[in-house]
Amino acid sequence: MTLPASEPKPATRAPDLVFILKKSAISAFIALVLFSLMIGIRTEAGPTGQLIYWTRFDDLAAIVAAVFGGSIVIELLRAWWGPAGTINVVPPSLQGSLAIAGRLVAPALLIFTLLVPVIFYHQRYILDLGILVLTYVMLGWGLNVVVGLAGLLDLGYVAFYAVGAYSYALLATHFGLSFWICLPLAGILASLWGVMLGFPVLRLRGDYLAIVTLAFGEIIRLVIINWQSLTGGPNGVSSIPRPSLFGIPLTPGDDGLAARLGIEFSPTHRIVFLFYLILALALLTNWVTIRLRRLPIGRAWEALREDEVACRALGINTTTTKLTAFATGALFGGFAGAFFATRQGFISPESFTFNESALVLAIVVLGGMGSQLGVALAALTMIGGFELFRGLEQFRMLVFGLAMVLLMIWRPRGIIGHRAPTVYLKQAQAISSDLVKEGHG
Amino acid sequence: MSGDRSNDRMSDRISDRILAVDRLTMRFGGIVAINELSFAAERRRITALIGPNGAGKTTVFNCITGFYKPTSGTMRLTHEGGGEIALERLNDFRISKQAKVARTFQNIRLFPGMTALENLMVAQHNALMRASGLTFLGLIGAPSWRSAEKRAIELATFWLNRIGLFDRADDAAGNLPYGDQRRLEIARAMCTEPALLCLDEPAAGLNARESEALSELLLSIRADQGTSILLIEHDMSVVMEISDHVVVMDYGVKIAEGSPQQVRDDPKVIAAYLGADEQEAIAVMESGT
Repeated sequence: MTLPASEPKPATRAPDLVFILKKSAISAFIALVLFSLMIGIRTEAGPTGQLIYWTRFDDLAAIVAAVFGGSIVIELLRAWWGPAGTINVVPPSLQGSLAIAGRLVAPALLIFTLLVPVIFYHQRYILDLGILVLTYVMLGWGLNVVVGLAGLLDLGYVAFYAVGAYSYALLATHFGLSFWICLPLAGILASLWGVMLGFPVLRLRGDYLAIVTLAFGEIIRLVIINWQSLTGGPNGVSSIPRPSLFGIPLTPGDDGLAARLGIEFSPTHRIVFLFYLILALALLTNWVTIRLRRLPIGRAWEALREDEVACRALGINTTTTKLTAFATGALFGGFAGAFFATRQGFISPESFTFNESALVLAIVVLGGMGSQLGVALAALTMIGGFELFRGLEQFRMLVFGLAMVLLMIWRPRGIIGHRAPTVYLKQAQAISSDLVKEGHG
Repeated sequence: MSGDRSNDRMSDRISDRILAVDRLTMRFGGIVAINELSFAAERRRITALIGPNGAGKTTVFNCITGFYKPTSGTMRLTHEGGGEIALERLNDFRISKQAKVARTFQNIRLFPGMTALENLMVAQHNALMRASGLTFLGLIGAPSWRSAEKRAIELATFWLNRIGLFDRADDAAGNLPYGDQRRLEIARAMCTEPALLCLDEPAAGLNARESEALSELLLSIRADQGTSILLIEHDMSVVMEISDHVVVMDYGVKIAEGSPQQVRDDPKVIAAYLGADEQEAIAVMESGT
């Protein structure tokens, strides 16, 4: 982390106590107005249908006090470790060690992920959760190409996930093709759909692009539901073949992997295999994306996000550049879809709703658009967090929404907001998120 | 193809024209932004397009660089080997890619979140795209791609040195001071290795010292790279100092052209500037003395 060596102004450095108290008082007042009826008065229908109510002013007072205290804490935190643009009060020595720790996060995370099946071999739940998280990491990395690098807001990413899943499911069940043949086919088919989506939306920007991609996602889902003869409609496709380890099935039979290795069969073998399979696919996505960023096409994507007019003036074909971004993102979505189909063994249109698109987009935005590590961390937080809060029942989404709002206040450009340059002469310096554009379509 | 215009004052010059604009007209609905404008820019010369605000200069640029499609008229670009390109038939990115016309913008359009070096690398997109075998050779890290990338970095380094920004190569373009951004934009345009460089008010917002440095840079580009330059400029000291030929526009038509001296003494030019803005007219008359 390199900060411009500007002199911190003492006036803004110390958190202004009066300002914080004023702000907290306003928050508390809003809470009072909001909750006075919701919590302060409890109403119920009486036995004869009349309205009975009673007051709960003590609860109301507790809530308002919590908001007041909470705002003070948040304001102090903001002053201490402020969002982009304010002067950081974190001491430089701590910043240095934070930067070192930051550099170690990615390798540590990778090593831990590689060891997950070893550590949690007997905990099927953790393994399944790991596979789920990795699937979303892969989807996030795939969408990151479109949204994070090229700056094209795609709300229908789940369409490519669905195309990939149905490609594998149908090719495998109808033609008996193996997973390893279907995987590239699913990717290619998905990226073809990516190009098909790309063509009509080339001229659109921003909100308009988002709406069309959203509609595209819905179209794919509706076609799947209604084309019963091919896709089985709402019943989905079942008994999708499980993947094999290069032809060796992971079954208890004589030709299974366990028998060949001379070890006792266990259903966990397949889970572990799936875990490493999705890890490999996700790492492939990551590797390709990192390489593409350093190639002219990747730089053109980022340049397109920064300024499309300037791109055209430099002789960059913005049409093909956008289409390749859509196609590349869709390719990875297709791979992930094929994996999803083979893991589940059963797919139906219900798995490919807009919620999935929104979730993947949230992962990309939360992670910090364009940052590979950020997307991985966001997927871990979001999918892992979902599971973590499972005990909270209906409050799960509430807690989750609150956590997201707080994170966005704190780090408005995502967990990892800065951009790493793709090429450097002397020293690669992280570029502050204030300068990096989000793209506009 | 332009010799048929008998009233063309340029036709008696020995011409090695890189750009010949002939009866260019651009209408936006009922508004005629450019009306039957004809002028030529010569190879390895600096041609300035001047005129009061709203004269249609930037519209001419947008027509030449493919951002607007002209209503009528032709723009013929002649490459050194003799190849002719009709610019009005090309559009968008092809102007830069095929016709080798590069431009800068009145309000700087760098890629602010990318480093100075990256900006210059993006400018070499088409050459690098070919070298990377449409990405596939680059993806597997083929040696031919690596050497091409090295050459691209060398070219970028050359231009960074040229504009004095070598030490800030790894800084985000958006973090550079205004004058540096102006020069970086010119360097970025030059990295596309253009035959014709179109600069839209390159000296706007620069102080006297920076304008001086800009003039030197443009003169050296003309001398060393042999690039022809077409520029729009309000800073008369820059125009008078470096232009070989000046075209004056007002209300979408050409009102005068010639050497800086000729134009400066032209009563029509003085009238146009006086009518538009007294300050600018005084600037025209006083500059270069």
